[in-house]
Amino acid sequence: MNLDDLTRTGGEWLKGSGPESDIVMCSRIRLARNLATYPFINRASRGERADIEREFRTALTDANLDLSYIDVNSLPKLDRQFLVERQLISREHDNAEGPRGVAIGPEENVSVLINEEDHLRIQVMQSGLSLPDVWERINRLDDQIEEQLTYAFSPQLGYLTACPTNVGTGIRVGVMLHLPALVHTKQIDKVFRALHKINLAVRGLYGEGTQAFGDFYQISNQQTLGKSETELIKNLSDVVPQIISYERQARKAMIEERRQVLHDRVSRAYGVLKTAHTISSEETMLLLSDVRMGINLGLIDDLEIPTVNELFIHTQPAHLQKLQGRPLEVDDRNIARASYLRSRLANGKHTD
Amino acid sequence: MREKCQKCAKPATYHITDIEKGKPREYHFCDEHARQHINPPEDAPAMPMGDLAVELIKGQAGSREPSAADKQSCPVCQITFLEFRNSGRLGCPHDYEVFRNELMPLLENIHDETRHCGKVPKRAPRNSQRQTELIELRNKLKRAIAAEDYETAARLRDQIKEIEQER
Repeated sequence: MNLDDLTRTGGEWLKGSGPESDIVMCSRIRLARNLATYPFINRASRGERADIEREFRTALTDANLDLSYIDVNSLPKLDRQFLVERQLISREHDNAEGPRGVAIGPEENVSVLINEEDHLRIQVMQSGLSLPDVWERINRLDDQIEEQLTYAFSPQLGYLTACPTNVGTGIRVGVMLHLPALVHTKQIDKVFRALHKINLAVRGLYGEGTQAFGDFYQISNQQTLGKSETELIKNLSDVVPQIISYERQARKAMIEERRQVLHDRVSRAYGVLKTAHTISSEETMLLLSDVRMGINLGLIDDLEIPTVNELFIHTQPAHLQKLQGRPLEVDDRNIARASYLRSRLANGKHTD
Repeated sequence: MREKCQKCAKPATYHITDIEKGKPREYHFCDEHARQHINPPEDAPAMPMGDLAVELIKGQAGSREPSAADKQSCPVCQITFLEFRNSGRLGCPHDYEVFRNELMPLLENIHDETRHCGKVPKRAPRNSQRQTELIELRNKLKRAIAAEDYETAARLRDQIKEIEQER
């Protein structure tokens, strides 16, 4: 797989399609698995990690899956960062050392990480709210890989994982939500507290508590033991529509009570993106977030959501440098980012 | 000099120079972001899962005095319970057996449950004793190679191959 080919596209989770996609960016499920006959990664020698990598590569080939393998260990830092920005590998996988890799599906909705925190992490993503579909897909993929190998499994504790927080099903079910109105109306903390009470975790876009990341939040289960995969999926699926309706109410209230203020804010954000000559990644995210909400509320009518989604990712540091075809320092990146945004948003219309 | 806060569109009113890794680095912030930079909010609503796990483990196991269990180690991967407590990561599947008494209350605290009721791999795991044996043999092999004892290493390699071919 040639990473440069990916640069021009937006990736599955940014397609902007599927149910509730004005608020739900994407649905995602990951499964953690370990081979029965090796120590976990943090106690595995370099040689053992190489053996684990080889076993999985053979298994993926034998299972006849349509995946392209990338040897992450031999990838330059910029390319690894690029994969993190696309949510295909984790920050932990980027920063790790030694033999490790990722197998990626053709539409970038499947990524299989080898030698991350666990020997194997399978991830499936889909644009919009569609957890049952994602589960069906990942469950089948898990079966196909499992036919080739023997996993560490105990009848009482289920799939055994390096961290006891993942033991049992090894499943993490998550949705990525865009919640600008709940952030603006300062109701978001209330939502978070309620979610914590029912054992759901809230994280920023790239797994860290960075609120400045364009009002994107990931909500996922914490419990992995004692409930079946479908129960855990249902727990989350039952809550998401409530959060969506809170966000819709907050948007409605904002537009009814402070329409001019909101319209002004959205238009200024759009104006800055179209005309700035130097702009940081953080500011870009915040402004794109306003613009995205503006489009969903009908305040901007000459721009499409998929374009905004694509700009979210194309203006990230590694993507920007790959699009420019050379490494750039922060100041030069800010200039290049502004220039890229001006060209993409010229005349209001999406241009290629 | 930049006029704008580097985190938002407001004018930058604070110009901060931090020494990071021995090099000066300049920041330009508005009032609010300067405050956040100097005094980051302590109760960030979201915590990376790994850290949360370590906190939970420390909260559970770390609240009591160091005990005999801390020195207990796994015969297969040699990790001690104390090492696990500090890192939040176990060393091998066998640890769930070795540290069973310490882990069960922890699992109950994290998950509210202690019994798996989800998917079961179709391919039943082989005799778990054999699995453990294999990890142990690999460890011995590693040590033999490190000690340049190639005769033992060759013997261990044959044993490993034999077990692997039992499948």
